[in-house]
Amino acid sequence: MGKVIIPIGPQHPALKEPESFSVTLEGEKIVDVNLRLGYNHRGIEKACEERTYIQDIYILERVCGICSHSHSTCFVQTVEEIAGVEIPERAKYIRTIVAELERIHSHLLWLGVAGHEIGFDTLFMYTWRDREIVMMILKKVTGNRVNYGINTIGGVRRDISQELLKEILTSVDALEERTKYYIQVATQETTLMNRLLNVGKLSHEDAVLTGAIGPTGRASGIDSDTRRDDPYAAYDKVTFKVIVDNHNDVYGRTLVRVLELMEAYSIIRQSVQNMTEGPITVKVPRKIPAGEAFGRYEAPRGEDVHYVKSNGTEKPERVKVRAPTLANIKPVLKMLENYNLADLPIIVAAIDPCFSCTDRTLLIKDKKSNKSKIMDWESLRKYSIEWYKKRGIGF
Amino acid sequence: MATALFYILIFPGFLFLAVFGLAVEFVDRKLYARLQNRVGPPWFQPLADFIKLLAKETIIPDKAEKLIFKLLPFFALTSVVATILYIPIWGTEAIFSFNGDIIIVLYLLSIPTLTFFLAGWYSKSLFSMIGAIRALTQFFAYEVPLFIVVLSPALLAGTWSLSKMAEFYNQHPGYWLFNLIGFGVAVIVLLGKLEKVPFDIPEAETEIVAGSFTEYSGMLLAFFRLAIDIETVVCAALLAAVFLPFGLGLSPILGFSLFIIKVLFIVALISLLRTVFARLRIDQMVNFCWKYIAPISFLQLLINIILGAVLVK
Repeated sequence: MGKVIIPIGPQHPALKEPESFSVTLEGEKIVDVNLRLGYNHRGIEKACEERTYIQDIYILERVCGICSHSHSTCFVQTVEEIAGVEIPERAKYIRTIVAELERIHSHLLWLGVAGHEIGFDTLFMYTWRDREIVMMILKKVTGNRVNYGINTIGGVRRDISQELLKEILTSVDALEERTKYYIQVATQETTLMNRLLNVGKLSHEDAVLTGAIGPTGRASGIDSDTRRDDPYAAYDKVTFKVIVDNHNDVYGRTLVRVLELMEAYSIIRQSVQNMTEGPITVKVPRKIPAGEAFGRYEAPRGEDVHYVKSNGTEKPERVKVRAPTLANIKPVLKMLENYNLADLPIIVAAIDPCFSCTDRTLLIKDKKSNKSKIMDWESLRKYSIEWYKKRGIGF
Repeated sequence: MATALFYILIFPGFLFLAVFGLAVEFVDRKLYARLQNRVGPPWFQPLADFIKLLAKETIIPDKAEKLIFKLLPFFALTSVVATILYIPIWGTEAIFSFNGDIIIVLYLLSIPTLTFFLAGWYSKSLFSMIGAIRALTQFFAYEVPLFIVVLSPALLAGTWSLSKMAEFYNQHPGYWLFNLIGFGVAVIVLLGKLEKVPFDIPEAETEIVAGSFTEYSGMLLAFFRLAIDIETVVCAALLAAVFLPFGLGLSPILGFSLFIIKVLFIVALISLLRTVFARLRIDQMVNFCWKYIAPISFLQLLINIILGAVLVK
């Protein structure tokens, strides 16, 4: 076999969301990768401009199915900055607790997916079973398992009762016990180590050049974490370590994530301890004064960035979302160079990709004429009918 | 003629093997699920899957070689069914036996892997072709250790017939304990032959979809899967006959139950092993087989040569 181009995606078992990697292979070795985004664009930014700020919280929460709290908090914080609102202390702690619970559920989910990608389904089943503990506690705290809907402009919508706080602490203890076991598995299991060590290398220089963020960047020695560098919510009132690793490979990214879980437990414990009684929300007018702001938030996958511009009405003029995966897409192409096809799923999974968050509209040009054309719904329908008729499928 | 047909089609041939194969698939899946803390499928699930696949549309790719594409599942099936006739099930007698049948058995058992390769190759799809090449690469890595460890007990017995071997170990109880290293190697190698984790590289789901079987569907896929189930039973039966030859003088019913227990024990070992490992890469697999498995199998051979000289004379 000479050089072959195989399509990983848009539909492929390794990818949980549609995205296209055209991989050029020489035998089993990857020599070139071509990435194409744009299969999952939903026009959320545009939709936000046509809705009020309150409605936008819920639509932005649905940018991502896993880090939903990240997007809504980031947006709410940005709007609060424009409006000049300081939210109550207790609301800050509640946001922090939910944010860390979300990080736990996201990292446990990632560990399972990583196990599945390298054919270690047992790890997948175990982590997802333990993830149920944190999902149940999230459901009790917010009412929902994924899109929590706890944020509102000026605070949070639900208080956490004293009994619930105790329950959070007991489940955190249980999760910590399990996480210690997973750290042991990740650092001692031979076949797992074989598949993770020295796979998907991204040197510190390359990581800086390509702009890797979050656990991906931290595993290549980039010491940056928005929670510490630009604290929001209650992160300035708790102490925690920023996990940085110098393995530069998939193994390092795994270590960063499992160790971050331990930090998340400590942050939750401190938040529960430091929490004081008080109001959970302040009143914010429906119309946000004109202005613009730029919000940063450390989502489980890396730094999430929102930009909001207000024109003094109850609808924003512009909302811009930069989900963490978009920043980590370029490093992936660098990581894949010269590795085996067998390493591709785990290398792509190691950035914890969320393609639907990251998707952008794509302009497709005809190769010969170098022009793109716009088709409306009717002509698109006609085109598809013609396409199928040519292949002998009639309507 | 009638008895020969009975042997081939009913017992211990196709029908018995199909039923037992589906049962073994259930045991494997259920055990795998329970070890992973899942509920697992009900007992009839493998049969239901088989019937469902039979009822589905069979799609053959335009570019595939149609005749070979259709014939390959049946090649795989017939070769594994034919193998059982030479393996002693209970007692020491196989249905057919002659000096050298152990080679025939190993040869027949390598045909399914070759059909997997051809199935992938003639599908003319990229994922199948990569799967096919991987299947063949893996085949060369595990087949040599498998041959060596299966032939070592025969060397000790001084015969190349499975039935004679069973007779020898029946007369010398306890001698099978000398072959335990070989049994360990054979179980590991079996994971490669049956394409189970950590050696499920040819059909690695997250990399190449389903490897050789990517383009197969409907009835053809159903028969391929049945062939793999039967291959599991036959391989386990071969291992039971070669490495666990005890309790052979029992009455037919007890002996048959013991045979079932032996096969299930080997299948349970396989389920356990595939629970605790991650999938290796093809280069790691080949390295592992030649660096560790092949030398250990040679060690077993050496032990048996020395023992053969000392004990048997």
